[in-house]
Amino acid sequence: MTDQGLGRRDFLKTAVVGGAAAAATVVQEPHGALAQQPAPSPIGAPPLATYEFLNLEEAAFVEALVDHMVPADDLTPKGTDLGINVYIDRALAGAWGKGDRLYMQGPWRQGVPNQGYQLPLAPADLYRAGIAATNAHCRKTFGKAFDQIDEAQREQVLVELSEGKITFENGPPVRVFWGAVYQTVMEGMFGDPIYGGNRDKAAWRMLGFPGAIAVHREHVVKFRDKPFPNEPVSIADMS
Amino acid sequence: MVTKLKEVDVVVVGLGWTGGILSKELAEAGLKVVALERGAMRTSENDYSLPNIRDELRFAVHKDLMMNTARDTLTIRNNPSQEALPMRRLGSFLPGEVVGGAAVHWSGHTWRWTDMELKVRSMYEERYGKKFIPEGMTIQDWGVTYAELEPYYDRFEYTAAVSGKAGNLNGQIQAGGNPFEAPRKREYPLPPLTQILSGVMFSEAATNAGYHPFPRPSANASQAYTNPDGAKFGACQYCGYCQKYGCEANAKGSPHVAVIPLAMRNPNFEMRTNSWVTKILKASDGKRVTGVTYTNVLNGEEFEQPAGMVLLCAYALHNVHLLLLSGIGQPYDPETQTGVIGKNYCYQTGTGATLFFEGRRFNPFMASGGTNVTFDDFNVNWAFDRGPHAFVGAYNVSAAHNGGAPIEYRPLPRGTPQWGKAWKAARAKWYQGAMNIGASGTVMANRYNCLDLDPTYRNAFGQPLMRMTFDYTANEQAQIRHAAKVINDLAKAMNPTHLTEAAPRMSWSVVPYQSTHNTGGAIMGTNPRESAVNRYLQSWDCHNLFVFGACAFPHNSSYNPTGPVGALTYWALDAITSRYVKNPEPLVHA
Repeated sequence: MTDQGLGRRDFLKTAVVGGAAAAATVVQEPHGALAQQPAPSPIGAPPLATYEFLNLEEAAFVEALVDHMVPADDLTPKGTDLGINVYIDRALAGAWGKGDRLYMQGPWRQGVPNQGYQLPLAPADLYRAGIAATNAHCRKTFGKAFDQIDEAQREQVLVELSEGKITFENGPPVRVFWGAVYQTVMEGMFGDPIYGGNRDKAAWRMLGFPGAIAVHREHVVKFRDKPFPNEPVSIADMS
Repeated sequence: MVTKLKEVDVVVVGLGWTGGILSKELAEAGLKVVALERGAMRTSENDYSLPNIRDELRFAVHKDLMMNTARDTLTIRNNPSQEALPMRRLGSFLPGEVVGGAAVHWSGHTWRWTDMELKVRSMYEERYGKKFIPEGMTIQDWGVTYAELEPYYDRFEYTAAVSGKAGNLNGQIQAGGNPFEAPRKREYPLPPLTQILSGVMFSEAATNAGYHPFPRPSANASQAYTNPDGAKFGACQYCGYCQKYGCEANAKGSPHVAVIPLAMRNPNFEMRTNSWVTKILKASDGKRVTGVTYTNVLNGEEFEQPAGMVLLCAYALHNVHLLLLSGIGQPYDPETQTGVIGKNYCYQTGTGATLFFEGRRFNPFMASGGTNVTFDDFNVNWAFDRGPHAFVGAYNVSAAHNGGAPIEYRPLPRGTPQWGKAWKAARAKWYQGAMNIGASGTVMANRYNCLDLDPTYRNAFGQPLMRMTFDYTANEQAQIRHAAKVINDLAKAMNPTHLTEAAPRMSWSVVPYQSTHNTGGAIMGTNPRESAVNRYLQSWDCHNLFVFGACAFPHNSSYNPTGPVGALTYWALDAITSRYVKNPEPLVHA
């Protein structure tokens, strides 16, 4: 089905930012595509992302992030083609993102690292605040948002996020944001495809992980120190 | 408005291993038993079936079967000078919250704790002298011996479908088993699980180093099995989804397979799920309890359930919380070292190395909860002289995979990039080529490691959260440094392509998962001054209240706690049915 949201966002991004930087990172579509029914996708092509939670700026950030962290190569397609962005959006829109199973009563103190997560933020709010703060840092440093900077600059930003070298003014601790980002990218890449990521089980194929396959009783000795002939099976494949 | 219900003989608070065993046995003994479980009903057929149980995100990452910390949690701190803060989500340990409790999602490791634990103070004092025990280490004997518990260990192993190899049958050392274990009267009910590559390699290296490896005993049925009560188990499929998941094959020794269905067939038994016990009610004379109050969490209705006996069978920490909330027993004060409820809270320590072997195919996803190989040369081997190393305690060393679900299983050599093409290539290369060697170590009781009520934070029922104060002392640090060296020497001898060496754990963090082996807080012992319950787990204060589970352990061994949890339950059950029911009074006179 057509994705009005994505098309509109790409259109707006192109219109507002324009120029070579935008052209390098935005999938340009023929102008008329906005109004038309798209041609049927060829088999295997990823569906366009539709977002439940992420706004335009956040979606652009997440798409750029997952494509940078998981670039296309011989092992797998790139992050957005694996649907990691879709996974993250759904996770943030769903119960987990809204703080399911999270104790959310104050008073709020930061304590010491051994005491764990202590922010008054559900994961979706943490993500939102962290993206805004990262983009503010990028604008201050490079004059552009994260999705508009070049690959080397993105690499620098991720290194600084992961090492806690950026300070978010009036925002959440950067290490906590990075921890949430990294964990959700891993979930979107390696979780079952029913959640929107790991499209076509590509990440499982990359590892040789057989997925939801049920029984190895007869395999334990037979395949000891031998490659297991692996075509991964997902929950949907068995349903 | 609290609705008062009709009195029953026994109310069981919490329906996991201990509540399941007691419900079945006491209903069969002719008592009217009501079990109150805060979680919901879950069955293998409906909830742990294929393909949906094979969902790492839902069960392992988002912890579908476990305690919901939005409703009730603990506050935690490392020492009394800190302000305790809420454990806002699960991490270090994972209590269960369904019918079957944490024993639905456990791995199955089932050990017999020996007199080295049960007589800890007297054995160390006898061998090393009183001064060897550091100041502030509040270890004490349990009041029960291995010889007394042996038949009950046996009964639990046969109930829970434990697979293993005996190492000591009636004093005769058996090839292939643990030569350091205490003597057992007969073999395990099932032969050990098939070893996987990492276990085979570890076993060979440990043997070459002069250690005595053996297959870890575990309640994962190595073959189809019917237990003495008639409960049927399937054979383990080595599916790699064991710990944190319910078992699709009914091969894991879990109470919702082994005992609860048998209780449910008995008209003397009634189970009420979604029933959250808020308080144990004391009689006006303070010497008995009269029942409990609970809330139906589906509609908020409150009930009083009067009962002739109250059996606390919730998770260890929740039992202690209920005692504190109910004002039963004197709360422990670490400054004056008086009181007993909350005393001797213990956890475990550990360390591990990751070994990377180019070209090996470990197939980490072909594994069971108990496919580990272990050696106990520095554990229940009393011949190992602690004197030169200056620590009280022990550790076991083990290796093998227990599953390879890839959101959480991400072994990479140090220095690997965290993202990008190089990360992907390393991820693809080492997923198959890594294994771990780990140690699990004892935590001896310390005066400042304890549980009490938090002064600030409250749960969904308006009650104070329980506060946990815990850290490792110099004793555990010395012990785990020793373990790290043993592991690293062994790992190097295996000549891996890369090695991430074991580093000793110096301080406790609530964040990463370590083990669901929380012990103490309502400890057993020989007198009411030093313990909350007597050797039959009967409250010293209120004789018709019994407290089960690992909260009764006066300290923590290096082993998983479920073996003695089960054995002590059957041991106390015998005293209840043979003596207490006929003559309801204290079973031990203080």
